[in-house]
Amino acid sequence: MITLNHYLVLAAVLFTIGVGGVMFRRNLIVILMSLELMLNSVNLTFIALARYMESIEGQVIVLFVMVVAAAEVAVGLAIAVMVFRQKGSINVDDVSLMRW
Amino acid sequence: MTDLVWLVPVLPLLGFLVNGLLARSFSEKTIGWIGTVSVGASFVVALAIFLELLGLPPQARSLQKVVYTWIFSGDLQVPIGFLVDPLSVVMMLVVSGVGCIIHAYSIGYMHGEVGFRRYFAYLNLFVFNMLILVSANNFLLMFVGWEGVGLCSYLLIGYYYEKKSASDAGKKAFVVNRVGDFGFLLGLFLIFLTFGTLNYADVFSAAPDKLTQGGALVTLITLLLFVGATGKSAQIPLFTWLPDAMEGPTPVSALIHAATMVTAGVYMVARCSILFAMAPISLTVVAIIGGATAFFAATIGMTQFDIKRVLAYSTISQLGYMFMACGVGAFASGIFHLMTHAFFKALLFMAAGSVMHAMSGELDMRKMGNLRTKLPYTHWTYLFGTLAIAGLFPFAGFFSKDEILYYSFERSPVFWVIGATAAVITSFYMFRSVFMTFYGESRVSPEAAHHLHESPPIMTVPLMILAFLSLVGGFVGIPIFPGMHVFGEFLGPVFAPAKAIIDHGGHHGHNLNLELLLIGASLTIAVVGLIIARKMYIDDTSLPDRVIKAFPGLHNLIFHKYWVDEVYDVLFVNSIVNFSRFLWKYFDEAVIDGIVNGTAGLVRGWGTVTRWFQTGLVKDYALTFLVGVLVVVGYLVLK
Repeated sequence: MITLNHYLVLAAVLFTIGVGGVMFRRNLIVILMSLELMLNSVNLTFIALARYMESIEGQVIVLFVMVVAAAEVAVGLAIAVMVFRQKGSINVDDVSLMRW
Repeated sequence: MTDLVWLVPVLPLLGFLVNGLLARSFSEKTIGWIGTVSVGASFVVALAIFLELLGLPPQARSLQKVVYTWIFSGDLQVPIGFLVDPLSVVMMLVVSGVGCIIHAYSIGYMHGEVGFRRYFAYLNLFVFNMLILVSANNFLLMFVGWEGVGLCSYLLIGYYYEKKSASDAGKKAFVVNRVGDFGFLLGLFLIFLTFGTLNYADVFSAAPDKLTQGGALVTLITLLLFVGATGKSAQIPLFTWLPDAMEGPTPVSALIHAATMVTAGVYMVARCSILFAMAPISLTVVAIIGGATAFFAATIGMTQFDIKRVLAYSTISQLGYMFMACGVGAFASGIFHLMTHAFFKALLFMAAGSVMHAMSGELDMRKMGNLRTKLPYTHWTYLFGTLAIAGLFPFAGFFSKDEILYYSFERSPVFWVIGATAAVITSFYMFRSVFMTFYGESRVSPEAAHHLHESPPIMTVPLMILAFLSLVGGFVGIPIFPGMHVFGEFLGPVFAPAKAIIDHGGHHGHNLNLELLLIGASLTIAVVGLIIARKMYIDDTSLPDRVIKAFPGLHNLIFHKYWVDEVYDVLFVNSIVNFSRFLWKYFDEAVIDGIVNGTAGLVRGWGTVTRWFQTGLVKDYALTFLVGVLVVVGYLVLK
């Protein structure tokens, strides 16, 4: 029997993996993918709780999140392309113009 | 025509604006004539006003023309208004008339100078300010003109600003004038405090009610005003700037430092004649300062070799006469002398300028001599000016100076003795300058002799006009015969209230025998001066040296102008300079700069610490973000 807790734990694990990806990977594409992972783990939590609480609102929010995530990825990838054109790599450590 | 009185100052202002702003590409001739015509036009307007004034009965000859309310604030109301009365009209005529002649002369004199346009623009601005000064109907507007002429004086003395001595002289004139202006301004404040208004008419009509005859307040007001006059009119103790002002171009010396601006103080004292009449102590001070200045400046004039400096000291001395006249209550005589002096002193300066022009800039009379053959027009006109200033009949100076001496004698023979002594000296040093410059043996250097030439007509014609005026200008004030003193009767109504106070209602009869005696004495005096000068500088040229040897100490004292400049340096200038240096080095550099730089240093230091957080690496920002989120979430959860 798969209970609500299974879903929540899975979501938490996915979220942590996403955070770890953002923190420790240097490839901009991978960082963007990790962000997606975090967003989707949150989506999973919403869906699970919507089902559990028999409420439609969680599912509605998930749709919003997916739209925002799509937009975010579009912008993020555009930035990645520009960074690559400028620097010849998409290693975020090379993009340190704000350094003192 | 009197409604158009505003045109009188505004026309030169237009000339200034055109020459100053638009004339960049105009030729010298155009610029010069714009300047001359604008002043000439204002002379024509002034003349028309004068004629209209003559058509009015004497008591009605005082009109106020308010053009605009300048300041309207509570009790204080200051209009831009003009006063048309005999005194202001005479001043307008003198300023614009002599100014116009000097403008024309300048076209020739300044020919080819760098900054020709600047010169004419400043000169027109000066005439504008001077006309504002003499035609204003309130003290504040007069003060505007008063400061304006001071500014123009500064600008024109420093005309050759690349020369250190010229720019220093300009600064000196400005600073010394500021000292006087300080007193003048305090006087104005006190007038406003007492009367609540600055309009001449209101102040003068209220004066007998609000002030007590001979009271402390009126004495203080008039003394403060007189401090202003000593600055502007170069009287003891503030006369030191005028000789240095000779660094400016010669026509400037003629216009500003002889004919017009320096007489502003005399005009102001005459304008406030009622206030001065109510303060006998101030009148005595004015007379004493005037007499002392007339005497001391004349003695210095005896020993100078620079022809312009001789004339400068002579100007100071003649201004002293004017103040002495005002001080003994003969305001009309002071203004009369102001007018004749404007003619002959402007003439003398411009003739000296013509000599300088011919001598390639040489001013030392020891390097001149026998110039009369080479410069006939200059010689004759200079001679006319000298005869006028020495007071020989029938030249203008005879009438005006004699009148001052007569009234001085009436007041106290002591003043007459001072004035007469100064007159001998004046006659002596003026003929000395004539003989050294135009007679005797030529001491001109060969190079300069090669270039010797008479000035062009544009310069000699103005000289001749002024020479003519120096000859006939005195006849408007013929003494002895009753009713012939046209000038005095014209000005009479302006000074009538003051005269009534001074005479205590009773009128002194004109003592005819005394007057004839004094006229004889002044003529003798003038001739004596002439004879001594002739003896020393033509007949026996070694005599001056022998005289100097006989009184070496005295000569040294006078030759060095009584060391007044040096004393002022020690007493005032050095201490102020040292104090300013202290403020600069220790207050400005240490305290003010310290505060400003300290603020910057503080921000910089804090920035040095905080910039370490700006690594520029995304992961560091992400980590910070994560920590922040954890803290917030942790707080919300554990709350």
